Amino acid sequence: MNFPILTTLIFLPLISSFFIFLSKGQKNDNSAIYISLFSSLATFILSLFVWFSLDLSSSDFQFLEEKSWINDFIKFKLGVDGISILFIVLTTFITPICIISCVNSVKTRVKEFLIAILILETFMLGVFCSLDLVVFYLFFEAGLIPMFLIIGVWGGPKRVYSAFKFFLFTLLGSVLMLAAIIFIYWLTGTTDITQIYEIKIPKEYQNILWLAFFSSFAVKMPMWPVHTWLPDAHVEAPTAGSVILAAILLKMAGYGFLRFSLPMFPLASEYFTPLIFTLSIIAIIYTSLVALMQDDMKKLIAYSSVAHMGYVTLGIFTFTKQGIEGSIFQMISHGLISAALFLCVGVVYDRLHSRMISTYGGLVNYLPKYSFLFILFALAGLGLPGTSGFLGEFLVLTGAFQKNYLIAMIATFGVVLGAAYMLWLSKRVIFGNTNNSEIKTLKDVNKLETLMLVSLGLLVIYFGFYPVPLMDTVNFSVDNLINNYEIAIKSKGLN
Amino acid sequence: MINNLNILLPEIFLTISIFSALMIGVFIKNSFNLIFNLSSIIILVTIAIIFNNSNSSEKIFLDSFSRDAYSNFFKILILISSLFVLNSSKAFIIDSKLGKFEYPIIILLSILGMFFMVSSNDIILFYLGLELQSLSLYILASIDRDNLRSSESGIKYFVLSALSSGLLLYGCSLLYGFTGSTNFDLIANELNKENIGAVFAMVFILVGLAFKVSAVPFHMWTPDVYEGAPTSITSYFAVVPKVAGLAVLIKFMHIPFSNILLEWQTIIIFISLASMILGAVAAIGQTNIKRLLAYSSIGHIGYALAGVATGVISGYESAIVYIAIYVIMNIGAFSCLYLLKKDGEYKEKISDLSGISKKHPILAISFLVILFSLAGIPPLGGFFAKFYVFTAVLEQKMYALAIIGLLTTVISAFYYLKIIKTIYFDDSVITFDAPKNKFAQLSILISCITLLTFFLYPSVLNNVAESLFIY
Repeated sequence: MNFPILTTLIFLPLISSFFIFLSKGQKNDNSAIYISLFSSLATFILSLFVWFSLDLSSSDFQFLEEKSWINDFIKFKLGVDGISILFIVLTTFITPICIISCVNSVKTRVKEFLIAILILETFMLGVFCSLDLVVFYLFFEAGLIPMFLIIGVWGGPKRVYSAFKFFLFTLLGSVLMLAAIIFIYWLTGTTDITQIYEIKIPKEYQNILWLAFFSSFAVKMPMWPVHTWLPDAHVEAPTAGSVILAAILLKMAGYGFLRFSLPMFPLASEYFTPLIFTLSIIAIIYTSLVALMQDDMKKLIAYSSVAHMGYVTLGIFTFTKQGIEGSIFQMISHGLISAALFLCVGVVYDRLHSRMISTYGGLVNYLPKYSFLFILFALAGLGLPGTSGFLGEFLVLTGAFQKNYLIAMIATFGVVLGAAYMLWLSKRVIFGNTNNSEIKTLKDVNKLETLMLVSLGLLVIYFGFYPVPLMDTVNFSVDNLINNYEIAIKSKGLN
Repeated sequence: MINNLNILLPEIFLTISIFSALMIGVFIKNSFNLIFNLSSIIILVTIAIIFNNSNSSEKIFLDSFSRDAYSNFFKILILISSLFVLNSSKAFIIDSKLGKFEYPIIILLSILGMFFMVSSNDIILFYLGLELQSLSLYILASIDRDNLRSSESGIKYFVLSALSSGLLLYGCSLLYGFTGSTNFDLIANELNKENIGAVFAMVFILVGLAFKVSAVPFHMWTPDVYEGAPTSITSYFAVVPKVAGLAVLIKFMHIPFSNILLEWQTIIIFISLASMILGAVAAIGQTNIKRLLAYSSIGHIGYALAGVATGVISGYESAIVYIAIYVIMNIGAFSCLYLLKKDGEYKEKISDLSGISKKHPILAISFLVILFSLAGIPPLGGFFAKFYVFTAVLEQKMYALAIIGLLTTVISAFYYLKIIKTIYFDDSVITFDAPKNKFAQLSILISCITLLTFFLYPSVLNNVAESLFIY
């Protein structure tokens, strides 16, 4: 029996959150922050270790762990492959940044906030590590509890409405997935996904099961028209909450499509491709237009997230290597860029307590470092070549062109709109005249903020120029995914 | 003969101790404390006796009384939950000036009634046990006799419950008339679809049982009694009679009515759906925590009945697991209420909970765990309870029941979230007195730890439930 490295990885934040719970938490006592920072960095290093010791020339699940769990039928099964490891590392990388960001932005109940963040990290890592449907559902749903509290306790004025909307929307989507999971259990006799991949679900059930999973992932993604919870949640959540929401929670759905919908229901995925394409296109165009009209910075970035997620779904359902790799790349890069943009908004929000675009203007004259970083991430957000944002969109569109010209053309138009809202945002916030006299008194980014933003910025540029580490990691897993999909389509579900 | 008595030993011990305690209470003045502690000891000893008693299935007294793993499990569940309910409410009882020595004795009497209910293998013994339990509960509901609301709830409960008992008795007599026997096993052999009169009897008996577990449409008494009765009584009502009622319900479906499965299944499905929906919708507008918990318990009974509605052993097992977890959650929830004390007065409005997370973080987080568990959010115990029930329901391909049930969990999540919102998001209003009720704190702790760590060994209860149906 090997050392259960994934279990350690998942439960390390949970255990350290328990220690924070025991710490005194008096004022000016930073022990809670140190504990959480230390444990999240340890988790990050552990996840890097997993990444580097992963055998990338194989598409099999590795670091397998299996324990009998419910009645010997359902096993607590964990494992990682090339796709999931990227999301794990993204999670463990973003969490320390969130913890650092709360030094400036969270003033009340810091201890509880850190506990919530660390518990949330445990659940997110569990989602990406689990190889069993029930285990996956357990972690997927459990994440609602800490996120609900993060929005509700530390959020803005309309936090109650947003927290409820977030919770109930997601729960409603998920219970149908739970029904589907139980149904699959009775259909195949197992919830172990590696076994389900081989058993192959009969054709007649695929469509309905696919829809049940889709209902959950579409809400989480979020896809148009069930995206309305996202802007509300983002606007009201504290900075760290927005960062986690945008960088990781949204990726769970894209990961879910790749891990469950595509391999388990290939025929249904093929059948519903037009639906996904339509919704993705609407998301890309419509929410980009909506983003143009926002006067709240966070809301604008939230809508841009919906648009970017549109590319992700579009890419996944092209079933081409470029498309799927592009989607994964887009998710990772969006995780970095949107996190950075929300942090940027958080920086000025901590100083002026306003998210309105009209409050700002001409920041470049008074906060040069901040303006540089803001422009960097805005450009990355619109997909400028040389940043990671470009490659993801480019690959997705390449994949889409192989599949459907019209869709690809319309989606490409979305890139232009993306440039429009991002540049206009930069123009109004960073450049222009300074109407607000308070801006003149603002201080530029401090050391912690620079640390967070620069580390994100370096990665965005690094992956923009040299995406090989990411591409190599997913290469064989994606090949395997597409191979299995094509075999299933050719055999038309006949075993 | 001695052997037979051994089988009956828990009941015999309980009966003798009750009357001894009654005598002590009569002759010693101000003996509430004494009798109360004595009752706790009686309960503990009875638990020990049952544990020592064999689990092998045996029937005595012309097969009217059966002792088996099934009845023993429920007896232990009833005793343990009564022990927690009683002890955590002790401070409340004294504060509310309900500290009469009869209080614990009547509770013990109702437990005795439930013992006979779950052990009965004959409709006459079953009815006697049920009546002993009900009569004790009437008294308990109106025990705060100078309080208008308590008396009102007692009367309301008495009138409605007596009506349902009447219906039940009518059903029993019909059953005897159409099958020629009062014994469960013999009835099971006689019953079949063609026996319309017996099917008719089944409906009456179901009505009576549905009333006892407060399932819709026989739930009318629940909110009023829960709100009107003192909290200590409410917590007893919410937990213990439900366990006994469900045990008897499952037994009826499993043994005497097993041959008319399709006939009763439709009724139970309807009752289950109606309870789930009403429990979810009607609780939304409530402002009183006890009333809200009443609707919540109606909803929970709906989920447990969904497990029963499957009509197979795996479904019954899931219902038993559900009710066990329900007991753990409700003991925790009511114990929290005992800590909401301000200047000697117990608060029971949801708005009184406003912002308690700031002043009472531990109480708030306990509430949080229990409420999320009641809502069935993973990884807490309540999720597994629902998971098992819906697994059993979907195994029988009852898709509509499963989907509607799962959707009602979303609706009911709303009102649990509303309480959490009040606790965590709202501003602090009241600072409660420093908690002195140690046992209530202990119950909360045990309840929360069980719910939080349930996911480590989620099949513990299943394994127990599985062993109950092996004869």
